[in-house]
Amino acid sequence: MSAGDPLLWRRAAAIRRKEWAQVWLDPSTFGLVVLMPLILMFLFGSAVTLDVHGTRTGVVDQDHTRASREFIATLSRNSYFTVEEGPSVAALEQGLRTGDVRGIVVIPDGFETGLARLQPIDVQLITDGSQVNTATFLTGHLRGALKEWVEAEAGELDIPVTPVLKILPRYTYNPGLESRFMLVPGAIGIVMAMIGSLLTALIMAREYERGTMEGLLATPIAIPALVLSKLIPYYVLGLASTALCVVVAVFGYGLPFHGSVLALFLIASAFLAAVLGQGLLISAGTKNQFVSTQFALLSGFLPSLLLSGFLFEIDSMPTAIQWLTYIVPARYLIPSLQSVFLVGDVWQLFLPNIAILLLFGAFFFLRVTRAITRRIA
Amino acid sequence: MTAPPLLRLDGVSKRFKGARRGAPPVQALDGVSLTLAPGRLLGLVGPDAGGKTTLMRIMAGLIEPDAGVVEVLGAPVAALDRGRVGYMPQGGALYAELSVQQNLELYARLRGVEPQENPERMEQLYALTGLAAFRDRPSGKLSGGMRQKLALACAVVAAPPLMLLDEPSVGVDPVSRREIWQLAQELAGPGSSIVWTTSILEDAERCDDVLLLHDGQVRYAGPPAGLAERAAGKVWFTPLPDAGRRQSLQSALERPDVVTASITGAGLRVVSRTGAAPAGAGWEPVAASAEEGFAATLDDGLPLAPSALAAGFPLRGTGANKAAIAAVGLTRRYGSFTAAQDISFTVAPGEIFGLLGPNGAGKSTTFRMLCGLLAPSSGRGTVAGRDLLTARAAAREAMGYMPQKFSLYGDLTVAANLKFIAGAYGLNGSAASEAIERVVGALGLEEYWASGAGLLPLGIKQRLALGAAVLHTPPVLFLDEPTSGVDPLVRREFWHHINAIAARGTAVLVTTHFMDEAENCDRLLLVNQSEAIAQGTPADLKRHASQRGGAAMLEEAFIALIMAQRAEAADAA
Repeated sequence: MSAGDPLLWRRAAAIRRKEWAQVWLDPSTFGLVVLMPLILMFLFGSAVTLDVHGTRTGVVDQDHTRASREFIATLSRNSYFTVEEGPSVAALEQGLRTGDVRGIVVIPDGFETGLARLQPIDVQLITDGSQVNTATFLTGHLRGALKEWVEAEAGELDIPVTPVLKILPRYTYNPGLESRFMLVPGAIGIVMAMIGSLLTALIMAREYERGTMEGLLATPIAIPALVLSKLIPYYVLGLASTALCVVVAVFGYGLPFHGSVLALFLIASAFLAAVLGQGLLISAGTKNQFVSTQFALLSGFLPSLLLSGFLFEIDSMPTAIQWLTYIVPARYLIPSLQSVFLVGDVWQLFLPNIAILLLFGAFFFLRVTRAITRRIA
Repeated sequence: MTAPPLLRLDGVSKRFKGARRGAPPVQALDGVSLTLAPGRLLGLVGPDAGGKTTLMRIMAGLIEPDAGVVEVLGAPVAALDRGRVGYMPQGGALYAELSVQQNLELYARLRGVEPQENPERMEQLYALTGLAAFRDRPSGKLSGGMRQKLALACAVVAAPPLMLLDEPSVGVDPVSRREIWQLAQELAGPGSSIVWTTSILEDAERCDDVLLLHDGQVRYAGPPAGLAERAAGKVWFTPLPDAGRRQSLQSALERPDVVTASITGAGLRVVSRTGAAPAGAGWEPVAASAEEGFAATLDDGLPLAPSALAAGFPLRGTGANKAAIAAVGLTRRYGSFTAAQDISFTVAPGEIFGLLGPNGAGKSTTFRMLCGLLAPSSGRGTVAGRDLLTARAAAREAMGYMPQKFSLYGDLTVAANLKFIAGAYGLNGSAASEAIERVVGALGLEEYWASGAGLLPLGIKQRLALGAAVLHTPPVLFLDEPTSGVDPLVRREFWHHINAIAARGTAVLVTTHFMDEAENCDRLLLVNQSEAIAQGTPADLKRHASQRGGAAMLEEAFIALIMAQRAEAADAA
């Protein structure tokens, strides 16, 4: 049989038509393609947040000048802090130990005069080192508040702004330092990873479990045509799901969309090729829907969540784990997605990632066509 | 002068790995040879796990043999043109949620028949299968007979020269079975050949040739008459009175000189091991059937031992004064459709009561209402004096239930399944282990003790299911097509157990499509189109049918009664 055989395409179309009919008749598809993305988007967009609000923070003012008062007022207006002033560090330390305050800001004597003379000034922050995340966020937010205050007050106090500005390049693309802006594009990636592998994990196993695979294999359909025909409907569903997520992100959560739809489409397509292929391989390998689902969650969802750089920075992982992240397709998706939303089209970033994802897809596709043999065990 | 064979197999062997690590390999086929000329119909028969399905899959190019030559349509099977072979796997490979039309068109396209371009072929298929009115119905909601017809149509949509049909008539009533036979022959183009596997030897009698496979080896090849020859001169018949027929059968089966025995028509047929007539007067020689030839060929020389399965049942007495099962006006409606209409009957302790009827007639609905699996729309049922509506748990405790479909845990071993079921029925400690030991010993399940239940051959699965149903020696036993798809030897063994269990005082309600099994029941209820159309002993039913045209055999009576009601229904409409 050659690719020019018109019957080949007709047979492939027959399988595609059958898959669509099954998708249409199966209510769980709707749940998987529409409801689950909405739930996950809601969870990652609203319920899960890495932001700290109303953190009780002790402040010790050793300067007692106009500048120090203004700075404390700025902190009080900032929603991240709930300021609690104390006369000395010793007086507030007890609170830090019991967790009543999460950190103590010490404004040193000479704060105002130092600023005016352009001398470096050390504003001290004492935090609980065992609460690493809180400590990190407090530090970040304190810097943000300092910068904000300096910018606002600079003219008034006649302080040059330049030296202070260089400290926080991280804020460039996330001016509000809202974790949601980083989480939502990542969540879209997780949704795609989950849907992609779950959708296809079931479909081959179902054919084997119900005995319909034997019927299909006894017909003249070529196996690559069978695999491809089964993939296409789920690729379309995966894209639809992605589109739904993007709409929720932009209109529901107010994310900017600086990139182009074309870039998003290409990235999403390449990623779906990889995860759909992965699901299909699992499905063809286990021949059992239950095992297949478990496996899809373990090999698709969890690594995407933990090892893609979505929740945990890859740079701060142990080296061995960092190597492991290279075989997680989501690792190549999430930075591209974040960039499409928050930065714009960065093709130097997209093209290598798309290429790698397509390689993943091709690898899985070849493995699947080899895993499905004409043989019934 | 003869045309080249469509199929040629020479010395084909296949071995499978043991199901578990350390288990010995299974020799599924051992040096099988056969040829099939164009236009011939070959029946593949043999006990379960005898290698029938493996052989079919090898011919369909789905399993590679370890050794031997396989030529299909004149070419090695590796170069098989799948478009020219119509293979119907066991169960049909239909998509249950897709409609009749979607299934048929899928397989049509896969086999190179574009439905839009071949409307006359599609219409022909709908017309021949009688499925034209059910195009939009999901295939899972068809009756068993219609489903098999659809599967057959899907396999042969392209009118291939070779049709490989694996168990097309399993679980199908006698009327539908005749129709499926006709259908297969009508659908096959002129000169095309059919290979047909079956566990029903009557089917084999309709074939041109029969191949009997046992333990992977060919034990007989030739015309069906030749298979019957194997028992020629050994089959004896004696008339029996209407009463006490089961007891006569039971004692005949346990005699050392008897290979097999069955109740047919007005008396008892016995295949003698020696050829001589059994002791006693009134025996006359009769012509052997293929099934009797089958039994004689596979005879292991051992008489059936008295049922150890029944020995564990307490003697409950068989008084007919108290009903063990009672159905009073049982009715079930689904919207405007009535699945069972005003069904009433009683079963006494120790009685075997058979529910007969075509697929989709309402048997299973009635059965499920009495098991407490389905609430009746009106009417009531009691089991062992306990009302199914008000004392469902107590009623369930008193019954053993063997469902039509295998419903144990496929992932668990035989041992784990039995332990679980024993626990579920409240047996524990030594009571549980005694019950399990008894069942395992009586049904020969020892060698499968540690095997996964899902991987067992069908006949063994059925034995396990029967064992699970009787672990707690219930006073009432429900058996839903217990012998569907099992070979004649296992069927004989099953009925031996069932008869012995009934003799201890357990009431048995059984559904079946086999008329020889129906003959074995004390009384029968014939259900058609949701209504009870006849009730009584097998002899009553035959008399009832004979008033409408005559029937010496129960199968003919069955068909006559069904047809008569269909005709009345058509007149009324």
